[in-house]
Amino acid sequence: MERSEAEIIAAVLSGDAASFELLVQKYSPRVFATARRYARRESEIEDIAQEVWLKAFDKLKSFRGEAPFEHWLMRMAVRTCYDFLRGHQRNRESSFSELSEPEDDWLERFAVAPESVSESADAAKMLVERVLEKLSPEARLVITLLEIEDRSVKEIAELTGWSAPLVKVRAFRARGEMKKILARMTKEKYL
Amino acid sequence: MNLPELQEKLIAAARANNPPSDHVPYAFEKRITALIQARSVRAGMDAWVQGLWRAALSCVVIAVACGAWAFFAPDTTATTSEDLSQNFDTTLLASVDQSDFSQ
Repeated sequence: MERSEAEIIAAVLSGDAASFELLVQKYSPRVFATARRYARRESEIEDIAQEVWLKAFDKLKSFRGEAPFEHWLMRMAVRTCYDFLRGHQRNRESSFSELSEPEDDWLERFAVAPESVSESADAAKMLVERVLEKLSPEARLVITLLEIEDRSVKEIAELTGWSAPLVKVRAFRARGEMKKILARMTKEKYL
Repeated sequence: MNLPELQEKLIAAARANNPPSDHVPYAFEKRITALIQARSVRAGMDAWVQGLWRAALSCVVIAVACGAWAFFAPDTTATTSEDLSQNFDTTLLASVDQSDFSQ
């Protein structure tokens, strides 16, 4: 007989750590997908996912069951990713002069005829990854949640623990930051 | 270059990659369970070590307090112990004393 989620959580809380494996098995795909938005290397993604699950185990007592376990876990995942971004800002200061040939080519084609270039091209994906890496952790988080995942301000506030007005302010600043980065990129390329 | 349009194109490119892969490495859940179990064993040992350290510290404090008390407390037992040794001598040597008188 399959146990319900509440029963599994109760078992884990009463000391049956092995039951936790069922939760890890069920929700790891979502945790990994979230981690892949903020980290590129597989080793870093695994580290984030591992940290999320260890935190979830440690803080399981604080889960009251009012909201679904998945929401509670995703909040933890997003906050762990944010901590990861704050701890790994090594790429922010690097220059755009090391763009690959396809990225260079995509930019040149965009400069000539913006409507002709495809956003589904691998070069565009690599380029946006570079730009996102250069954003501050707050900006990257808010751009990812708001623009890429298309979440509402309320949802972002719940996930990050920021207030709704703070999310709006950070979203405004993030767009400005992204524009500045793009301006720097095009300046470095064409000057 | 039209920067707002470039920004839109790049955001659209990021969206095209949405959602990212949800692939989970093989036996990831086993690894997490093993880590949790190893941590709980280590936490148990840590609790013991911490307890033992506290007990050792308490013993040291008690020993120092007893030493200080023995060192600084007024020596009220000196006369009693002198009396005791004298009484012991008298009792032990009583037969010798008596034999001296008898001669």
